[in-house]
Order: sequence, then C-alpha cells, then structure tokens
Amino acid sequence: MRESSQSGARLLVVDDNKVNRLLLTRSLEQQGHSVATAENGRAALEMLRREPFDLLLLDIEMPEMDGFQVLEQLKGDLQLRDLPVIVTSSLEGVDNVVRCIELGAEDYLQKPVNPVLLRARIGASLEKKRLRDQQKVLLRRFAAPEVAQDLQASGFTLGGKRVEASVLFSDIRGFTPLAESQSPEETIELLNTYYTLMFSAISGHGGIVSLMIGDGLMAIFGAPLPVSEHRESAVRAALEMIELVDLFNLERAAAGKPEIRIGVGIASGEMVAGYAGTTDRATYTCIGDIVNLASRIEQHTKVARRSILIDVATREGIGERVPVEALGAVLLKGKTLPTEVFAVTIAEER
Amino acid sequence: MTQATIDRATFDELKQTAGADFVTELVDTFLVEAPRMLDELRRALAAKEADKFRRTAHSLKSNSSTFGALPLGALARELELSGMDPAKANDAKLDALAAEYSKVAAALTELKNA
Repeated sequence: MRESSQSGARLLVVDDNKVNRLLLTRSLEQQGHSVATAENGRAALEMLRREPFDLLLLDIEMPEMDGFQVLEQLKGDLQLRDLPVIVTSSLEGVDNVVRCIELGAEDYLQKPVNPVLLRARIGASLEKKRLRDQQKVLLRRFAAPEVAQDLQASGFTLGGKRVEASVLFSDIRGFTPLAESQSPEETIELLNTYYTLMFSAISGHGGIVSLMIGDGLMAIFGAPLPVSEHRESAVRAALEMIELVDLFNLERAAAGKPEIRIGVGIASGEMVAGYAGTTDRATYTCIGDIVNLASRIEQHTKVARRSILIDVATREGIGERVPVEALGAVLLKGKTLPTEVFAVTIAEER
Repeated sequence: MTQATIDRATFDELKQTAGADFVTELVDTFLVEAPRMLDELRRALAAKEADKFRRTAHSLKSNSSTFGALPLGALARELELSGMDPAKANDAKLDALAAEYSKVAAALTELKNA
C-alpha cells in the first residue's frame, strides 16, 4: 500500500480551464506532489474509480458534470467518500461556498489560489486523511471486515435488530490440562495458529467471529450482512474447521506434540444482533435463546463424543446435502426440557 | 482613476512563485485560450445558452485575475453575473471585452518577454 505522506502525495486536479490546470499543477509539483488532471467532473470520477488518489482539487463551474455533482457522487460512493476534496473556484456568493462544505468538501480556496495557503490546506487535509486511513486499518484489525463495513456504512449505535441467523460455538477439548503441560509461550503459539485456521474456515463461509474467550469462540452467520443459506454455511464452516484441525494435528504429530480436538455446536433461528457494550467500548454480537442453545449444544459434544452437533432448525436448513445422524432428544445442561440434537456425520466418527 | 491593464504586483508575484519560464508558457496558453472564450461568448449569447455563457465568462474572469488583468476580469465578471440580461450582456459589452482583451494580450506579450 502506498503511504500518503505530507509531500509526495498523488493529487487529482479537475478544472475545465487550461490555464488554471497548468497553474495548479505547477504549484503542486513545486510542493513535491505528483499530479494528474481532468477537464470535467465525469472524467475525474472515472479516474478516481480507476486509480488511487490522496486528494482531489476540484473546480465547480465545469461542463459535462460540475463540481457540485462530483461532490454528490463522491458522498454516495463507499470507496470514495473519505477522499479529501479541496474546492478551488472563483464562485460568486457565500451560499455556493457553504453548499460545497455541506456536500463534504474539506476546504474552499478562492482563485487565484495563493500557493502558501494551498500548501497549508493540502498539508492539513493529507494529515487528516492519514489519521482516517490509520483508523480504518485499526478497525479492520479489531473487527470482522463485515462489521467494519457495517460501521463505516451505517455508523455506530448501541442496540440491535432482529435477524434470522446461525450461531456457532467451538472450543478445544481438554484445553486446560494441555495448557498446563506446556509453556505459556507454546500455548499462545498454539492459540494463534488455531485461531488463524478457525477464522479462515468461518470467514470463508461468510461468517464472522464475534467473540474469542481463551480457547473458545463464537461466530455468527447471517449478520450483520445477510448470508444466503446461513444454516448450511455454518455447517460447512464447521466441517472445514474439523478438517483444518486434522491437518494441524498432522503437523503437531510430526513435531512430537499432542493432537488437539475441537467440539462445535450450531443453532439457528431468530436473534437480536447489534452492538452491545458501552458507547466507549462495544462489540458486535448476537443475543437470544438461540445463542444460549448453541453454546449448550457445543458443551454437549463432550458428552455425545461427536465433533459437530446441531439443533433441529439448522438440520432443516441443510436438507440432504450434508449427512447427519439424529441423536434424539437430550437434556442439555441448563435446560429443563429435552432438546432434539443431530450429529453431523464425519467419516472417522461413523 | 484608470486601472492598469495588468496589475504589476500580481503579475510579478506570479512570475516569482511559478517561475519566469513557466509564466511564459502560461501566458502563451492564455493567448490561445482567451480568443476562443471570446468567440464562445458571442456564440453562446446568440444561441441563448445561458449556462455556457456564464461558465465561459467565469473562466475568463478566473484567468484574468491570475495574470492581474483586473479591468478585463471586472468586465468578465459583469457578464458572468448578467444572467444574459440584454441590458448587461449584449454585443456592445462583448466589443468592450474584446477591446480590453487586445490591450491585455499586448501587455502580457511585452511582460513575458521582459
């Protein structure tokens, strides 16, 4: 990824007037930036969608598509709406300048543009962009891409909405004795590899990991973004998780380390999904009986000695596409009534 | 008091910040573009294309201020804001604009070679 530092940024100048384009380009190049130009708004948008720019210098009065229309288009474009825009124009009337700012322009410079002022405004805009880019990277690191996208698109509000989704819980069996038998450094390394594999299986099937606690995790399929066939996606993710753990075990065996086993529980239905916590610190999660049920079913994998257990609603979502075995109604821990549970058939467990 | 065709302070500052060679190139570009704008204004006025007329006058105003051609800029601005009102935008006004431009072109040609 290209760094946008204060100097040496890549800028796009849009102006229908050749003298203005030449002059602005000259000013910007003297300040160490690389500059591309466009003659009207439509051409500028095409360039912005084709290649990355750090900042846009935009004229307003232009044929084809004027600066106001460009600002409107940028505002509605998820990829481009954070691009800083400095309007350079000799517009008449304060209301026009106000309109630019309201449409999202970062700044307004009256033409002819004073080079010193231009340098200061560009420096400030690029610095703000750098901070925003940094925040985006952080957001991606600490939230699933779908959650980051949802946050960027809809903003952050505590509270949830009802969704149809599947919840998956998994943990490593016998993790505590395993952790006690090795150094903490080895345990961290094990967990990092384990989580990398699990994340890959889950996100590969459209799910997001919403919680990680010790050796356990919770994943959601169907929220915040809808996933078609979320029940089957969750089951397929679980199967891939088991496969990846098997591969991981081959490596561990070769290194003389004990193998690990995981248990996975899945339940599907209506739940409330959203941001829970405080306005300062919150997490995207799901809440409801279904979530509780998925957790209980996962705990039951130890009793049933099966790797993947699912509830009846998930069972109904996969049809005959994934073989399962009915285990009948079992009394799950913490439940007063028996619950029907199905084991997803895995070759070696058959 | 009559205003100078070209405000020397503005022109000298442009030369100093952008560089003499570059300003020569910039003046040459303007001397090619400006007559086109004058033609465009006459055509847009005759065809009653108000947007085109306003935009072209705006462009000419903008370039005039870059070179310090203040009287030319003022005439262009009047046309930009005229809304093509026949009292404010007519052949006589365009003739006055063309006459002022001729003075600007001569002055700029002299200044760029100075």
